[in-house]
Amino acid sequence: MPILKVENLKVHFPIKGGIFGRTVDYVKAVDGVSLEIEKGTTYGLVGESGSGKTTTGRAIIGLNKITSGKVYFEGKEVTNLRRSRASFHRDVQMIFQDPYSSLNPKKRVLDIVAEPLRNFEKMSRSEEKKRVEELLELVGLSPESIVKYPHQFSGGQRQRIGIARAIALKPKLIIADEPVSALDVSVQAQVLNFMQEIQKELDLTFLFISHDLGVIRHMCNQIGIMYRGRFVEEGLTEDIFNNPQHIYTKRLVAAIPNIDPSKREESLQFRKEVDHEYKQSYANYFDEDGLAYNLQPISETHFVALPEKG
Amino acid sequence: MADKLIEINHLKTSFRIGDDYYAAVDDVSLSLNKNEVLAIVGESGCGKSALAFSIMGLHNRAKIEGEILYRNYNLVDVDESTWSKLRGKNLGMIFQDPLTALNPLMTVGAQISEALFLHNRKLSNEERKAKVIELIEKVGIPRPEHVYMQYPHELSGGMRQRVVIAIAIANDPEVLIADEPTTALDATIQSQILDLIRELKESMNAGIVLITHDLGVVAEMADRVAVMYAGQIVEIVDVHRLFENPLHPYTRSLLNSIPNAEKGQEKLHVIQGIVPALQNLPREGCRFKDRIPWIDESAHETTPELHEVAPGHFVRCTCYKQFHFPNEMKEGQAHANS
Repeated sequence: MPILKVENLKVHFPIKGGIFGRTVDYVKAVDGVSLEIEKGTTYGLVGESGSGKTTTGRAIIGLNKITSGKVYFEGKEVTNLRRSRASFHRDVQMIFQDPYSSLNPKKRVLDIVAEPLRNFEKMSRSEEKKRVEELLELVGLSPESIVKYPHQFSGGQRQRIGIARAIALKPKLIIADEPVSALDVSVQAQVLNFMQEIQKELDLTFLFISHDLGVIRHMCNQIGIMYRGRFVEEGLTEDIFNNPQHIYTKRLVAAIPNIDPSKREESLQFRKEVDHEYKQSYANYFDEDGLAYNLQPISETHFVALPEKG
Repeated sequence: MADKLIEINHLKTSFRIGDDYYAAVDDVSLSLNKNEVLAIVGESGCGKSALAFSIMGLHNRAKIEGEILYRNYNLVDVDESTWSKLRGKNLGMIFQDPLTALNPLMTVGAQISEALFLHNRKLSNEERKAKVIELIEKVGIPRPEHVYMQYPHELSGGMRQRVVIAIAIANDPEVLIADEPTTALDATIQSQILDLIRELKESMNAGIVLITHDLGVVAEMADRVAVMYAGQIVEIVDVHRLFENPLHPYTRSLLNSIPNAEKGQEKLHVIQGIVPALQNLPREGCRFKDRIPWIDESAHETTPELHEVAPGHFVRCTCYKQFHFPNEMKEGQAHANS
């Protein structure tokens, strides 16, 4: 049984207009996304800005209202539940993109990391302090850090405080929304390694949201590629990188800078070809509204958005 | 040499913190040749943007020492009126964030016209408009007449960055400084903008200084690369050699910390410790020493200098000779360390 199952998720935001502030239209931020994540694996959600990847993550955890569709966690439906899903709130946590704005600057690290504990666990002050120190040690920060404030830490350290907070309640699923895009490469390496370590240690499942295909390839077992609120392709990491089928995926893959300067001309040529193909065959891959079709299986693990008749 | 556009000698840019000045760019010597893309790579806080801003004379309160030679000027001490002739005419700059670099209250056309007007009063209004539309077209924006009338908020991020580039190249500058030109953009847009800068370089005959933290961008764009750490250049080399045979421990560590296809899902290399804050930078000895503590102290020089190890390949300090990653012991050294 997959730990998380999302069925035909839709999140539409109303656009208000006119003198009465009536809803005149909707922004279809997420429009029919389905995915399944197995326990202990990492699922990558990729797309450019505005593709709806963050909204998908936030809707799953309950930060955005779901318009239609269903979310199942460990087989139980958790769509738009509020108070009654306390256990879901414990089991699913989020790591945010920006370690500078996701930590309250007026709180000490102790209070930041202990907040989820105070919400869900009945602990004495000393137990709480001990647990926070353990957590900080787990993320590689010294126990003295508990009396410090967020501004006393570097970006990578702050992101690890965010991770300590996320794992405080021993969650089963972590939704990581661009956890490393605000960090330098060497710090990024540190956070990525660390996420892999705690995944093994705590048997965590990640939903990893990112625009960086290099990072996604490094971290994920399975990948879903989003474009304008819909999936254009889904498959195992190998499927996506070795055998991209949808023209949009090909474009994304072609846009990754090649780390070998002697292949510069080749990659430029490849980009030109893909770009040409994109212009030529746009109509074969997208409907009249410029949206992706429904996913069709091309192998057991690999799904591509193609027109029905095939 | 005749084809040197800019020559920087012992540049030192210091900022005041409290009562003292601390050098963010510390004794940097570099030159930029014609038709060359010189990439300056490093992590945040290494001084790469401070260097770019020094070249453009955009620092307000910094103390700048040393020389930046351009034609017969020393850009370090030219006055503001000379600057206003040079900046935007001979030296163009592409900024990182196209949203803050553009004026939200002016149309795209007006902003590009302004750049032309300030340096060339001879053009009539009609001629100037024609030139602006030509520029908009040149940077690959569709429907230039329409975009001429639009405001920045009506354009996408990629289109805005194209407008910023149009302003930078409006007066055919000889030197173009691009400070993280694609960092704020999506991957597919990034590759389009990089391709555009490359095309422009070929048609413009200019030298480009490309400031970036992204080694992928370096591999795609640069001819020559200067790697900066803690205000100093630690390695300068042509781009092919940088990726084939990187020498300085910092360069090697950086290259090893990016996820890439060949490495698969193996562990990434992590550079120990953090970049020290400006006030706490070690000013003596090898600045990278604390981050590779497993290397023997004697491997470092007391006053590390740039050594030319091969024609055109400079490396600072001697520690590169003995450097190895902690998980790969060098033969012979395994004994010494155990």
